[in-house]
Amino acid sequence: MISRRDFLQVSMAASALVGASGFGTWGRLAAQQSLTQDQLLQFDTYGNISLIHITDIHAQLKPIYFREPSVNLGVGDNKGHVPHITGADFRKAYGIADGSPSAYALTHDDFSSLAQGYGRVGGLDRVSTVINSIRADRPDALLLDGGDTWHGSYTCHHTEGQDMVNVMNALKPDAMTFHWEFTLGSERVNEIVEGLPFAALGQNIFDSEWDEPAELFKPYKFFERGGAKVAVIGQAFPYMPIANPGWMFPEYSFGIRDEHMQQMVDEVRAAGADVVVLLSHNGFDVDKKMASVVSGIDVILSGHTHDALPEPVLVGQTHIIASGSNGKFVSRVDLDVRDGQMMGLRHKLIPIFSDVIAPDPVISKLIDAQRAPYAEQLAEVIGQTDSLLYRRGNFNGTWDDLICDALLSEREADIAMSPGVRWGPSLNPGDDITREDIWNVTSMSYGAAYRSEMTGEFIKVILEDVADNIFNPDPYYQQGGDMVRIGGMGYRIDITKPQGERISEMTLLKTGEKIDASKSYVVSGWASVNEGTEGPMIWDVVEDHIRKQGTVSAAPNTSVKVVGA
Amino acid sequence: MEFSRRETLALGLGAAVMTVLPFRVNASAEDRIAEFTGGADLADTGVELTAPEIAENGNTVPISVSAPGATAIMVLATGNPTPGVATFNFGPLAASQAAATRIRLAGTQDVVAIAKLADGSFAKASAAVKVTIGGCGG
Repeated sequence: MISRRDFLQVSMAASALVGASGFGTWGRLAAQQSLTQDQLLQFDTYGNISLIHITDIHAQLKPIYFREPSVNLGVGDNKGHVPHITGADFRKAYGIADGSPSAYALTHDDFSSLAQGYGRVGGLDRVSTVINSIRADRPDALLLDGGDTWHGSYTCHHTEGQDMVNVMNALKPDAMTFHWEFTLGSERVNEIVEGLPFAALGQNIFDSEWDEPAELFKPYKFFERGGAKVAVIGQAFPYMPIANPGWMFPEYSFGIRDEHMQQMVDEVRAAGADVVVLLSHNGFDVDKKMASVVSGIDVILSGHTHDALPEPVLVGQTHIIASGSNGKFVSRVDLDVRDGQMMGLRHKLIPIFSDVIAPDPVISKLIDAQRAPYAEQLAEVIGQTDSLLYRRGNFNGTWDDLICDALLSEREADIAMSPGVRWGPSLNPGDDITREDIWNVTSMSYGAAYRSEMTGEFIKVILEDVADNIFNPDPYYQQGGDMVRIGGMGYRIDITKPQGERISEMTLLKTGEKIDASKSYVVSGWASVNEGTEGPMIWDVVEDHIRKQGTVSAAPNTSVKVVGA
Repeated sequence: MEFSRRETLALGLGAAVMTVLPFRVNASAEDRIAEFTGGADLADTGVELTAPEIAENGNTVPISVSAPGATAIMVLATGNPTPGVATFNFGPLAASQAAATRIRLAGTQDVVAIAKLADGSFAKASAAVKVTIGGCGG
């Protein structure tokens, strides 16, 4: 049994950080003085096993800014529960002081102002320092990568993931699971996976022809740690061929497959597992449901939905840990496993403040070597922004508004569509926009910006379809991600309604007219999952647009009316 | 632009056409079930139906059914124009009463499996399978 005392040892990251009160302009020096690496890394080693979780890095090798969402709505049983609370509600739930380091790391308010003081986050050389520090406490700590690692930057795109593979290999992970990796195409994924010096896991990665487990990806791996047998089961993103272009990896099939998950848990338990860890790319709500359906999982290291939570969420006997994205956080989870069961857990979500945590010089050098061949292209300044550019949020972010504006003007369209992905770092007012910054929010292997005609009826079908992928009350029918971003058109959405009834009041913004179901509109978008999509690459479209603007400004966007939140 | 009442009605109709998803068990599927069971009651346990929550490709959706001791299992795609998919019959020497196949689904709908058990009673399992145009992963 797990005692109450063991649960109390679950510590909040916030408690280890120095609380800071008040808003206003922070001097970076002040932030550095009030926050030290020792404080960030402070952890009383506990039990006999340590897990290190990092996920959804999206190829962010270098420190970045990353604003967390202001709108992250939950539906059904998840309404109002973490991670579906933001801003002041989030700070209240976790006892985080306004303006504190945790407020900057975990919530969106006053982002640009706090960014002045606290600076950038992430950078895999800083992550390496954290990993080394944990390994100094516990040399055999397991490093587990939740996937979305080999995607999301200029260098990652041009090296087909090799830059990330090289740097991650140097961090010596023990296992990994997958999502965007597959958009490199199955041939390239197979090539990399065959050479990986650690386990490539996914109990739900199947051969599509025979509907049997794929040979290259094992469902689980056993590790002997602290006198106990640790089983790590992998779960890749279930809806890859639907959310991403299935034609790029036709040999593979995925799905949630919770019956097979139960079989795997039973199998590892029968083989003597003392503790079962699920390295998951399900997304948080899907993991919560899976924990209630599948019995025998002790810890789920959750990825995909980019949530960062300072405490584990307990579902039955399963602790779910969410470790953020873009290299901004690392979770340390210490377990006390004895007599074939987990007796307790201690957890800390470690924010990677890039100006506070010293870079590991070995990894810095390695990162620089990956970037060196592209240094000139990466650094070229395309324009400036006088507004905060961010993406995260259910309906629109300023980066997406800018991308939609680029599609409307460069592709001469009535309506623009930009995918509701959750990756992409932020830029602060006054920042230069470099080519690297543009690629950080657009890079992908299917980035063609199409231009085609769609009827009002079809546009509504698309919106309803995507809305149901986010707001279906049953998490197993959700794909993660956010609502498709729309430029040039406003609409009303009632998130509590069933599919087909959520979207109304579709309005063409340039004329103020209601969208006519039977009329055709010129629509430009990108990231189509259809094979043979034609058009210029989205990063070129956005670059051309920003060049013409010089300095971009994000006007407030009130074109989406949300009801039922 | 001003909408006349007629145009507004036409728009409303367009919206209504799109709200029929997900399909419900239609009359034709109900007839097939009645024909198979002779109108007998359907138990909730005794047959297992495994189907994906969201189809990767609506044209070929892998499903499997299993009902220990059953003599026959009927599978229906309740939202297809022709709901009948297959009826698997198991003889007395069958080692297991399970089958797997791939089916085509016209849209989001319930797939239903009805098993005729050894004692002559019937059991039903149902799974909602979503067919979506997709896009936009996190």
